[in-house]
Amino acid sequence: MKRSMFSVVVLISVLAFLYVPIILVIAYGFIPNGITMSFFDSQGNFTGFTLKWYEKIFSGDYSVKSLMQSFWLSLTVAGISTLVSCVLGTTSALALHRWRDRLQTIHHALVYTPLIMPDILIGISLLMLFVAVRIECGFWTILIAHVTFCVSYVAMTVLARLQDFDDRITEAAFDLGAGPWYSFFHVELPVLLPGIITGGLLAFTLSIDDVVITSFVNGAGTNTFPTYVSSMTKHSRNLPCVFVLSTLMLIFTCVMVGISKIITGRMQVTTQHK
Amino acid sequence: MNNPLHSKKAEWFVTVPGFVWLALFFAVPAVIVLAFTFHGHDASGGVGEWSLSTWKELVDPDYPAIVWNTIRISFKITVWSILLAIPCAYAIARMNKKWRAIVAGSIMLPFWTSFVVRVFAWKTMLHPDGWLQSCYLAWLKTSEWLFSWLPSAMQNFFIKIGMASAEPVSSATSTILDSEAAVVLVSVYSFIPFAIMPIYTAAEKFDFSLLEAARDLGAKNFYAFCRIFLPGVRQGVVSAILLVFIPAIGSYVIPQMLGGTDCILIGNKIFMRAIQNRNIPHASALATLMAVSVLLPLGLAIWWKSRQDARGKRRIEERSARFAASGRGSHA
Repeated sequence: MKRSMFSVVVLISVLAFLYVPIILVIAYGFIPNGITMSFFDSQGNFTGFTLKWYEKIFSGDYSVKSLMQSFWLSLTVAGISTLVSCVLGTTSALALHRWRDRLQTIHHALVYTPLIMPDILIGISLLMLFVAVRIECGFWTILIAHVTFCVSYVAMTVLARLQDFDDRITEAAFDLGAGPWYSFFHVELPVLLPGIITGGLLAFTLSIDDVVITSFVNGAGTNTFPTYVSSMTKHSRNLPCVFVLSTLMLIFTCVMVGISKIITGRMQVTTQHK
Repeated sequence: MNNPLHSKKAEWFVTVPGFVWLALFFAVPAVIVLAFTFHGHDASGGVGEWSLSTWKELVDPDYPAIVWNTIRISFKITVWSILLAIPCAYAIARMNKKWRAIVAGSIMLPFWTSFVVRVFAWKTMLHPDGWLQSCYLAWLKTSEWLFSWLPSAMQNFFIKIGMASAEPVSSATSTILDSEAAVVLVSVYSFIPFAIMPIYTAAEKFDFSLLEAARDLGAKNFYAFCRIFLPGVRQGVVSAILLVFIPAIGSYVIPQMLGGTDCILIGNKIFMRAIQNRNIPHASALATLMAVSVLLPLGLAIWWKSRQDARGKRRIEERSARFAASGRGSHA
């Protein structure tokens, strides 16, 4: 049967549209002239590639100090908020899965609404809370905000995993004399771990990428990597360093996702065998 | 059940951490925002006495214009994303299983690089000296020439959806950076995977032999596509519309970085009022307006879905009743 060529052409153009900026992000990390951001000089000659921006990042050059500070802050916030939101999200998912009473109806609405609200509304409402209780914005308010929007994503991912969970294995553990803690750590947690890892990874990527919520609650002078970039002008001197860092982040995320795919794949195999 | 895991104590134990966190940092702040809209603001950047002055000040011609602008631009972004996403989803769903996984994965892959950095890359690409600017100018000039042949009603339609410019084109004024066109372009770029995915999920379940059947019965390709395929994936299209429209209403980074002074949306105004002018009540009121413009289409979609479900159910019941009646008739 004749396939519609039109749709394939649209698909290929959309894929090109999606990938051109990514390729540029990687290429800009090797650009010799950071002011004009062009691979060509004024005469139109090709200027080649350079590794000087990579050197600057890895040698900890003084001129990129504030950029690196924001980068490490992003990593710290993403790491801590992933851990906290994994704990809160998993307990929420367990509660939502196991009970169906009025408390859980409200609980479900609380977990679900942040997913559909635009980020900016979460940001502004948190700022209003901090204004109302007179908390100075800074590291802690960023952390609170990130945990708040990550919890829902983790909870929903773990909840999806719980749908395939066979509740009888917990019952069996109880019949065999396990306590609630023992059964949680030795029966439920191992089965849920792939779901928690997937949710945690999602939380990590969301947290490290967030600019909207952070820009409301960061206070003066505290910048994460995304807020630093968004406040930058085009003619900032060390612009290519930003592209170097995001290339490194892309590689890091690819590796992390690859590893987690292998781990969760292997886990699924072992639980199936058992 | 005597299982200690099903006790009330256990329920409280696992519910409280997440519940209290979200209540404290999501529900309570929402109430505070609403409460702040009923306060005046004081000069020191704090919140003043209870009053209705904030709501009265919203009539200021500035604000309705911005709300309308936001809805109009979000509408444009949504139309473009859906128009591009439908053929993409169709093309992916017609591939074999291996290719489907590869292409669907590669549509989500760009999300592993930082969103701001991608927007920044666009900013560099859209620079007035760049080749995209020349393309944009050429496009504007061609469309200006082409559309001059169309009846004015159609011209207006194309201007509305952003395919043609309302003002005469010149290289000095028509720069793509710091314009609405840049905001729409980069927003479509950022949201299109969210439009493709739900339509693709719906298209995957679609029975493509129906299209062949329609063609055998004499329907033209395009007619079959519109009358058989589109209704078949309509639920996916509705979720795609929501997944693009809602973040578009709330978008703030893209207009801030690429929109210049021309393209200020509610999101930017909220940020301006909250951080720069320190007018907390005004920021709260704008946030409330935004929440309403998000919840309205959402409520509509939920209503539409429940009506569809009810209609489907009724149709099944009617048919099974008719079938039962005819079956009984033939047996008798």
